[in-house]
This record gives sequence, C-alpha cells and structure tokens, in this order.
Amino acid sequence: MGNVNLTIDGRAVSVDKGSTVLEAARKAGVRIPTLCYLENVQAIGACRMCIVEVQGKRGLHASCVLPVEEGMVVNTNTAMVRTARKAVMELILSNHPFECLTCVRNLNCELQRLAEELGVRQVRFQGANPETCIDDSNPSVIRDQRKCILCRRCVTVCKEIQGVSALGMVNRGFETRVAAAGDVPLGEVACALCGQCIQACPVGALYEPDKTGEVWRALADPNKHVVVQPAPAIRVALGEEVGMPVGSVVTGKMATALRMMGFDAIFDTDFAADLTIIEEGHELLHRMQNGGVLPMITSCSPGWIKFCEHFYPDLLPNLSTCKSPHEMLGALAKSYYAEKIGKKPEDIFVVSIMPCTAKKFEVERPEMASSGQQDVDVVLTTRELGRMIREAGIDFPNLEDGEFDAPLGISTGAALIFGASGGVMEAALRTVYEVVAKEPLANIDFCDVRGLEGVKEATVDIKGTKVRVAVTNGLANARKVLDAIKDGTGKWDFIEIMACPGGCIGGGGQPQPTNAEVRKLRMEATYRADCDMPIRKSHENPGIKKLYDEFLIEPLGEKSHHLLHTHYCERGKYQEENKCCK
Amino acid sequence: MGSYRAHALVCGGAGCISAGCKAVQAALVNELKRQGIENEIRVVETGCIGSCDLGPIIVIYPEGVFYQRVKPEDVPEIVAEHLLKGRVVERLLCRDPETNELIRTYGEMKFFNRQVRRALRNVGVISPESIEEYIGRDGYKALGKALSSMKREEVIDYVKRSGLRGRGGAGFPTGIKWELAAKSPGDQKYILCNADEGDPGAFMDRSILEGDPHSIIEAMAIAGYAIGSNQGYVYVRAEYPLAVERLGNAIKDARAHGMLGKNIFNSGFDFDLDIRVGAGAFVCGEETALIASIEGKRGEPRPRPPFPAAAGLWGKPTNNNNVETFANIPPIILNGPEEFAKVGAEKSKGTKVFALAGNVVNTGLVEVPMGTTLREVIFELGGGIPNGRKFKAAQIGGPSGACLTEEHFDLPLEYDALTKAGAMMGSGGLIVMDDTKCMVDVARFFLDFTCDESCGKCPPCRIGTKRMLEILERITNGEGREEDIDNLYELASIIKASALCGLGQTSPNPVLSTIKHFRNEYLAHIRDKQCPAGVCRSLMNYVIIPEMCKGCGICAKHCPSNAISGEIKKPYVIDPAECIRCGACMEKCPFKAIRRG
Repeated sequence: MGNVNLTIDGRAVSVDKGSTVLEAARKAGVRIPTLCYLENVQAIGACRMCIVEVQGKRGLHASCVLPVEEGMVVNTNTAMVRTARKAVMELILSNHPFECLTCVRNLNCELQRLAEELGVRQVRFQGANPETCIDDSNPSVIRDQRKCILCRRCVTVCKEIQGVSALGMVNRGFETRVAAAGDVPLGEVACALCGQCIQACPVGALYEPDKTGEVWRALADPNKHVVVQPAPAIRVALGEEVGMPVGSVVTGKMATALRMMGFDAIFDTDFAADLTIIEEGHELLHRMQNGGVLPMITSCSPGWIKFCEHFYPDLLPNLSTCKSPHEMLGALAKSYYAEKIGKKPEDIFVVSIMPCTAKKFEVERPEMASSGQQDVDVVLTTRELGRMIREAGIDFPNLEDGEFDAPLGISTGAALIFGASGGVMEAALRTVYEVVAKEPLANIDFCDVRGLEGVKEATVDIKGTKVRVAVTNGLANARKVLDAIKDGTGKWDFIEIMACPGGCIGGGGQPQPTNAEVRKLRMEATYRADCDMPIRKSHENPGIKKLYDEFLIEPLGEKSHHLLHTHYCERGKYQEENKCCK
Repeated sequence: MGSYRAHALVCGGAGCISAGCKAVQAALVNELKRQGIENEIRVVETGCIGSCDLGPIIVIYPEGVFYQRVKPEDVPEIVAEHLLKGRVVERLLCRDPETNELIRTYGEMKFFNRQVRRALRNVGVISPESIEEYIGRDGYKALGKALSSMKREEVIDYVKRSGLRGRGGAGFPTGIKWELAAKSPGDQKYILCNADEGDPGAFMDRSILEGDPHSIIEAMAIAGYAIGSNQGYVYVRAEYPLAVERLGNAIKDARAHGMLGKNIFNSGFDFDLDIRVGAGAFVCGEETALIASIEGKRGEPRPRPPFPAAAGLWGKPTNNNNVETFANIPPIILNGPEEFAKVGAEKSKGTKVFALAGNVVNTGLVEVPMGTTLREVIFELGGGIPNGRKFKAAQIGGPSGACLTEEHFDLPLEYDALTKAGAMMGSGGLIVMDDTKCMVDVARFFLDFTCDESCGKCPPCRIGTKRMLEILERITNGEGREEDIDNLYELASIIKASALCGLGQTSPNPVLSTIKHFRNEYLAHIRDKQCPAGVCRSLMNYVIIPEMCKGCGICAKHCPSNAISGEIKKPYVIDPAECIRCGACMEKCPFKAIRRG
C-alpha cells in the first residue's frame, strides 16, 4: 500500500493505493452524492449519482468504483456533472410515485433528500411506470415495488452481509425488478426476516407491517390491561426517532412517554433478559456437566433462529431452548402477573417494543402461546414507537425521567447490554462465573466479546474450567462460525449469534439510517448505560430472585420448562421442505 | 482421399438452410449415385458462401460455375447436363443486374470479385466439418509456426505490427490488448472469444463459426500461447445452434488431432477450449457482462477499470476478442504482419466483413478492404437499390451505430472516418434503406431494441431509453409535441454522458443521427401529422378523390373494416374513424382514385 496523490476540486489529497475516488473525496472533505453506494457493502457504480469528471478521461465516471491514480485531477462540481446528476435524478423520479407526503419514509428518504440537494424543481420526462403490486406476504417485510429505485442495496445486504440471498434481480431493461428468489412472493422464500433489507433501502420500498393502529385500539379499550416492554436496544436508539442525537440514552424518558401514551404497566424486556441469563446459564452448565449437545448457541435473536431453521437444521439441537426474552416476559405477564393483579390472561394485552422485524413473526409462532393465549400480542419496532410518540404530540426530548413498574420492570446492566453484539455472552459469563466459582468476579467487563467485529472469540477460565466462547453478528458471519462447527475446526462451548450486524442495536426495526457509524454510537451508549446501572449482574436482580421464590421455584424447573422454553423445527430452503406446523 | 474430377459445393449457411439447401444436397447426392458418378464428383457442404438472397446455391468446380436458387427438381438437370455432358445449365445462372448478361462463374460476379476474403477465406470453400480440409488450406500451420519458432513476445509483436484492430466494434488495437493481458501478473489467464453477435441483421461471426470453426480454435490457441493462457471459452449465443454444433465438433476434432489439449505440437504448450452458450441477451456482448454470464451470474456490465486484462473471468487476467478478429490472426502469423497491413486504410488495416441487408440487390456477407467507400459497397458489391427506388440511408453499426446518407457515399468505411462522421464501425451490420423507409420509425425500431436489451442496471439506460422510446412512439403515432425533439436531444446527451456501459452510452446514436440528417421528417410527423414515407400508420389517411371515382364499389368490397360506403356509380367515401389504414382499397381501385396522405 503506497500513497497516491490526487487533486479533487482543487484540493490535494493523499490516500492509500486501491482507494476509490469517492473515498478520497470524503477524505478531502468533498461531498459527492451517492445512492446505490453503501459503505463496506456495495459499490457497483449503478445509480450514476456519484459521477465525476476526470481530467484526460472521456465522459463521466462513477467515483464509488473509480480507483485513484497518481496525479489524477478530479472535478466533482462542473456544469456537466451537475447537469447529468440532475437529469439522472429526473429520470429516476419519472419512474417513482409522488407520494412523499404519505410515504413511510417521508422526511427520512435518501431520494427525497438527494432530489432536494440537486435542486430538482421539475421532472421533464414522463412515461409509463411498471405495473406492480405491494407484496405483503412476508410477516416482517413489505415490498412496494413502485417505490423501488433498483439501487440493489437490499439485494447485496441480503446476500453479502446476511448470507441469505432471499432477494435478487429479475427481468431486464425497464422491466427489471427486485424480487424474491425465483420471483415468488417474499413470504414464500427462505427469509430470516431480519429486516436488514429495510435498513438498506434508501426509499420507502421496504418497510415493516405497521401495527400502531392495533396498539392505539388496545390502549383505547377499557377492558384491556395493556402491558408494554421495550427491548434493551430501544433505549439507545429511540431518541433518534424524536430528533435527539445518535447515541442518546433515553431509558427514563421512554418510560415517561409510554405512561403518557396510556399503557397500564410499563415493564422491561431487560427483566426477562436477566431471567434468560439465569435459565440459559443453567442450561449451559447442565449441558456441560451432563454431556449435552455443545456448543450451545443463544436463541434470543428470532432472525437467527429462522435462519438456522432454514439453512442449518442439523444444528437446531445446539440452540438453547430458552425463548427470547420478550416472549418470556409475555408468558409471565399472562400468568404470574395476571394472577397477581387478578386479571384473566385474555384481558392482558402485551406490546413488545423491539429493534427487530423478525419478532413480528416470532410472536405468531404456535410455540409462543404457553400462557394459553398468544403470549405477546403485538410487536412494534423502534420506528413504530417513534411514530406513535410523534403522533401523540409528546415533547420527548424534554420529558422527565420515569420509572418502570414492578415486578417485571426491574433490571440490571447485564440485561441492558443484550442489545449489543457480545452482550448476551458477557451477561451470561458474569453470572455463570459467579454461580460456578461462588465468588464475585474481580472485573465484570469482558471486553474480548465486545465490539462490531464479525466474529469474536475468547476463553474464560472459571476456576480451572476453560469455557471457549464465540460471538458473531450478521448472518454471513454466523455462517463462518456454523461451518466451522460442522467441519470440526471450531471448538467452542458457548456461542452467541445475533442476526443483525452489531446485534440488536443494528436491528432491522431500528431508526433509519442505521449504518456503521450509528451502530458504533449506539453500542457505546449501551456500555455507558451499563456502567450507570446500580446492579450489573443478572443473578443479583431482586425481581428475578422474587420471581423464583414466588412462582418459578427453580431454574429449568417445571414452570420454566412450560413458560420459558421452546423448541424449533426444520424449514428447509423451499416451502415444500417446511416441516413446521403452520 | 480419392481424386475427383469435379467438386460440387453446396452452401450450408443458415440462410441457405432456410431456403431448402438440405433437400437440394440430398437430391444431388442421390442423383450422383443414380447416375453412378458418386466417385467422380465430390459434394461438399460448406459454410455460408455469402450471397444469401440467392440460395440455395451450388458452385461447381473446377470451373466455379455458380448456380442460384436451385430447387431439388433442378438437380437432375445439373447432373445430366453439367456434370455428365459439360454443358452449363444457363437458366440457373445469375444475370448482371445492369447488362442483364449471364454470369457463369463465381469469379465474374461483382459481389464476389470485389471482395478480399481473409477472415472469410475458408468460409464457403471448405467443409466446416472437416479438419483435413482446414489443414489442407494451411490450417494450424500458423499455430505450428508460433509454437515451434516464435517467442510469445514475437507473436504479440506480429499482431501489433499488423495494425489489426478489434472487429467487435470499438476498434481497440488487438496487439496492445494481448500485450496488456500478457503483462498482467497471474498464474491463470483466460482467452475468451466473443460470439454473442446480436446486432439486428448482422451475422458475420455466425458465418465464420459455421463455415470455418477451426480458424477460431487455431487463433485462440495462438492467443493463449501469446498471453500465457491454457484455457479458452467461446461465448456463443444460444440462437446459433448450428454454430455451436459445428464449433463443438471442430473442438473435438482438434483435440483428437492434438491441436488442442496437452503438449500441442510437442511444444510443451497446453491449451483447451470450451463453449459457453449465452441466453441471448444483447448486452452480454459487452465484455464485462459476457464475463459475468460465463461466471453464471446475471449478464450485466460492471464499470471498468479494472479491465479484463487485469481482472476478468473469475478475477483472472483475461483477453477477449471478437470472432472476426480471431479469424484474422492465423494469416497474420503465417504470412507476416506486413502482408496483412498491405490492405486497408492508414489506421485501419486489413479487411472488414459487412452483413449487407435491407433494400439492396445483393444481400449477404461481403469482406472488403478497410477504407472501401460506402458507394462501392452498396452499388458495386451490393448491386444498388432494387425496384428502381432511391437510396435514403444506411444504418451502420447496428443499434449503437448511426445512419449514413448520400453525403457519405464517398466516406471510406474504416474506424476513424466513421467516428469522425458521427457513426461507428460496429460489428459490421450494414442495413440499406430506400425511400420507402420512415427514419423516425427506424429510430423507434432501434430504440425499441436497445430499450428491450438494456440490462436494467443504471437509470440512464433503464429509464432513459424507455423515455426516448415513448417519445418516438408518440411521434410515430401522430401525437408528437413541439418540444419532443429537444427532449430527445436532452435525453440522448444524458444517456451518452452518464450510462454505465457502451451499450447504454451508444443507444441514443440512431436517434441523434436520424434527427441530424432527417429533421424535416421528424417535423412533418410532429407539426403536419404526416409520415412522408408513408410508414407510420396512425399518420396515414386514405381519401377517395371524387372526380376520379367511378363508383364501382370494389374498394368497399375489399375493405376489411367496412369503412367505405357509397352508392354504385357515385363517388364512395372513406370514414377515417373506421379505417384501419391497411391500404387494401388503394391497391384494389382500378381507377387509381384513392390517395394516401
């Protein structure tokens, strides 16, 4: 790697050999608009927004794929460049519905922003738009083909980052479309439901099914006792939905807002995360001590679960049988809590606020009804909650901090870090160590498993027993770990897998944009918030202790088995192979 | 191989196959047997002889007598008269279009004797199914020479000095391309042959593959030796089944004869070839799309750099040449670069094959020295415009090319002069149009083609060509607007400047050139709602001239849409709302009382 010197808009810049002109421009502080480019994910020069002029080269060149050359003189702001960008934008707009005011991405749309930036005030070209319909066959992701601008970011994320390839291109020319593999409805392909395609979409062509109406109706129903539980990763991201800086921790304001919206009980999925640690920790110890299937793999990420059911069914016995935390809480809300307040389970309405789109499917799994009812009634994404808060006219940034309700709202720092990749592992280690070693940990920060890297490994010595752990996020990374298990090269005891890059903080239901920078800030906020928690180990959560005393009796006990654990099924890559009950 | 007193070459090109040459050949074989002279006369099924409109064709050697439009029932006469008695069957000969004199032999025909057949040297002369015949015409001698007596650098130097430029259209110097791939570091390199010929009306590559497949195999092996590659792929479109079959057989034969495979000519050089059949996307002729397609991916171009010479097939250094380019290689190696460069223009050496089509007397393939003028090709080789019509334009370079007009008659057909004239060489499609063609409709036709063939990756091509097509459709439908020409220009310049690949960037050319040369025709459509050539149906009106109408009612009887009414012996009237503009009335009127306008 040598340095290459070039000039961009008169500014000298020196970058590594192999860099692109776009990267060099960013380094030089020159902004080049992009649309199909997605840092570290896709650079294909398709959308032609990042075109620049290069002295001595004919025509215009897509800077996202143009390698730098020594002495290159690049101009990003010539009449020719501006005219061409604007005209290409007009072409794109001539094939895009003008529904901005009612679009789910209104005011948060890259196309809208770019059209404004380029000064497009009219669209000179008009003509046919492809005839297509909305595909709402998938429980987590809706596709509106009309709005799709064919940037292919969703396709690339699905293939390269998630290793799923549920989306691809079909047809050619003006008839080109993004479609589910084989051009079947998106609900019929092997899709992990992770929603990373939604995160990648610059426009409103991909979005989650909106359940805010159901929640407003439940809140207005006097016969419903409406319980809400936000996931750990919501508190470090929700602020972005209401105009606060990325990385704001809004735990208390969120509690206040939820109460203002009329929820009857403000619980916290973090409570159930602590509970998960107790159950899962004991499950791990049980497996290790009794020759059970190892490595054991975490089961909190429903996108990962669905991926495993489709692509690695032979590893299903490795999955922890623990339900994901919010499902545990749902089951408890409709049993333990219902009993406590003297309500029938059917009168309790549980709303989960999740960073996740796959959870919209998870709640509908037949296994998730151990209370006799569907344990969780509605899953809202962070974005949907943001919409409700805005719709309610709540001045969120200026709210006082509020509290969660007992008994299911008490939590620890261990639960909070579930939101970041490595968090479940770290929380488990904090507890497993102390349970096994029967002595307090000197340092409870397991930094080896933290961070945004795709695969992280560590070995933890618990009084002479070496526990080998791996942590991975993003399903393409998960494939590496899973393949290593299958071919015997990966020797681990316990593995954390999160479907989304960065873990839940980068979930498919999180505020947009979610990119590398945003993930980093949300992750930092997560660990900051952990430090601020008075209790940072799950087994020290007094609510959990009380729950076992009063109701569950013991980890992995009969009640736990019934309410907190589940099973999985092989789905195959094609519908015909699906062995799950519908 | 015995000796024969005569050879009967039956053209087995795709055009002649469509015209029924297989039946003619069977009849010939049969008749020779019946007459007991099957051991004296050898029947050879050749590749395309070139004059496709005259098929089925039999050429009888040693004289070279050229029989055209032969039917199976003509065969006994040819055998009895010509082959037994030595008397030429005059009724099956061609006539000179100008003098109407009989043309006896192949060599007397201007269509042939003006040609300099290098790339097509064996096409129509030998049996493509016989490696012996290829070898008999110095085949594989160039490969032998290269492997036994030339260094790799020398081979490249020969190609460079020959001045050979890519025949696929862009005209990049072949030797430099080889040198780049040769110098590009990498253990594994690939040689690709682009046989994804897709320009409407063009079929030179098909003819070479069908008529002389070994020349491509030999050239690719030479290229492999030069750049250091031991594996090649020929990417042929699936619509060329005969080419795929004959090339496949030729590869097998070459392997069996040691011209492909391990240790060719005992030189230590290994080279093998495989065919990859494309699914018929025009864009796969673009080299990066072609590579993607071979890799099993969606056939779409990607931005260059990196160029294939640096990172091509499976990321390895790759050299990709067109069929006709390869066909020129063996003679360059065998006869030397100077010999090759003797023919042609200053910066465009050698010859070029054109597929002559459209409104021209002789259609088919012609190979002429670079720099031959448009006039010579159309009027001398092509025999001019048939039916006494007037020349209007010639589209060169297919859908990426431009139209040439009378003012270009003396334009030398070579890369640089064509580019200067705002056109391009392209792969060699040359469609001649007479004055019955509407140039707006021609532009619409080509845009329809590129719009359909766009890969859909970049918006300028995917949406831009569609918007242009919509405007052209509007104009030809009589709904043109005053601003349409400006908008076409605007769209064209955006697409040219910003599309990702060559297909997109050149797609506006037919529109730009027709506007440039035939602006008035556009204006007639837009302002006067008229199609001067009488092609655009929506703009045509059929009117009965009352003074001339005798009231016979024949027009009304023949009108398929009952649009004509009237009383016998009184002038009839056409209802334009019902009229479907089929022209049947005008054709049938015995008094020429119906006018189109």
